[in-house]
Amino acid sequence: MSKEILNVKNLSVTIKGNEILKDINFTVKEKEVMIILGPNGAGKTMLLRTLLGLVPHAGTITWKSKRISYLPPQERINKQYLLPLTVHEFLGLKQITKQKITKIMQEVGLAQNTASQIIGTLSTGQFQRMLIAWALASDPEVLVFDEPTTGIDIGGEETIYSLLHRLWKEKGLTMIMVTHHVHVVWEHATTILCINKNMLCQGRPELILTKENLEKIYGLGAKIYEHRHTP
Amino acid sequence: MNIDILLNKQLLYAILTSACVGGVAGYIGSLMVTKRMALMGGALGHLTLPGIAFALAYGFDVSLGALLILIFGITAIWALERKTKLPTESLTAIVFATSLAVALLFLHHDHIDIALIGDISKITFLITAITLVVSIIIYLIIRKILPGMVLSSISEDLASVEGINVSLYKFVYLACIAVIVAMGVRIVGGLMTAALVAIPAATSKNISKNLAQYTQLSLLFGAVSCALGVTLSYITKLGAGPMIILCSSTFFFTSLFFKK
Repeated sequence: MSKEILNVKNLSVTIKGNEILKDINFTVKEKEVMIILGPNGAGKTMLLRTLLGLVPHAGTITWKSKRISYLPPQERINKQYLLPLTVHEFLGLKQITKQKITKIMQEVGLAQNTASQIIGTLSTGQFQRMLIAWALASDPEVLVFDEPTTGIDIGGEETIYSLLHRLWKEKGLTMIMVTHHVHVVWEHATTILCINKNMLCQGRPELILTKENLEKIYGLGAKIYEHRHTP
Repeated sequence: MNIDILLNKQLLYAILTSACVGGVAGYIGSLMVTKRMALMGGALGHLTLPGIAFALAYGFDVSLGALLILIFGITAIWALERKTKLPTESLTAIVFATSLAVALLFLHHDHIDIALIGDISKITFLITAITLVVSIIIYLIIRKILPGMVLSSISEDLASVEGINVSLYKFVYLACIAVIVAMGVRIVGGLMTAALVAIPAATSKNISKNLAQYTQLSLLFGAVSCALGVTLSYITKLGAGPMIILCSSTFFFTSLFFKK
């Protein structure tokens, strides 16, 4: 039986008098892929930032791992007024060896000739791969990703999720991820957490992704089309 | 003969002092990637004017006067930001306009040139030595916080997760800018200090292939512009401040032909 890697109890976040999250309780086990679902403004990003200690909160968050990496959502990454920083220099900020940088770039599918490229000149897909490489550089046990494919076209999106799936399998990582793409949930999630400021549901996709639950999360009219690839 | 030696010694002090300040100002400026920071750099230069006016009126060092008023001004902006929740840019404009008005009221007409475009004629050995030591300290501090500042310029969340205290780093960076601006007013005056910080980095960005080159070239362009400007001022008998800025902008316009 997998050991518990994260335990969240009675988590609430209030900012300037506004209750952003209320009484959230859940656990994440080792090697699980937990996907957090919820409508816009549900507090998904806030939940991830709180889990990482970036937001003051009430309640308890207990991590059983210290090797946690984070990929923020696009809106919290500045792509304007960037310094002339190369991919190699950016990954080097992690204080890792040149060999390790080369290895990680290979793992995320970044061509070696991009190492000397200025990060501001990368395509959105390449930039995102570079951030995934950043997240992997410190040999994490847990990856916390917020909308990892925002701004990427459908082809690129599939490639990024396939890459994350491969890394999860190869490295035995635990992943906690926010996404709006329900097909991703079907293909990659082992467990789902649904929130809308407060806790709505938690469980395996086949149990959670019902019409009733989706209406509870996204409102009336929400539908689900199951689309599973054979392994 | 003695006068010549004295003048040459004076020139040497002026070149050393301005090259130190210019080099470190260029290095600091290389991190000014956001619009907000660039605006702050400009405003801080103007903010020093009442300090310079009081220093000249009461006969104490202009950099000390500038630093005291900068500490007061930055604290006022910080306190008003907390109190009013107005954007930093608006508050900086209010504080800087008020300080300019105060300076114009109290600045004696004999001191206008010194306050606005600087004066390198009174640089002593002591000032040169202090400038050298302070510049080295600021350079080392910026070099230490540079990786964290670079990361937080991309994402403050990424930096925080890596254990970087983003607010502390910003405060240290702002304090370093304040000190370098205070030292810069001696050389180029309150009006043009922002150029010491902004132009070398802009020049360097045009021709750099990576961050290491960019920061080193910013330092180099800053130091060389100042040394060259002071030397040309000595030869032509024109003001050192304007000559420094003209040298710096000449490098910038030349760099456009080599833009990567």
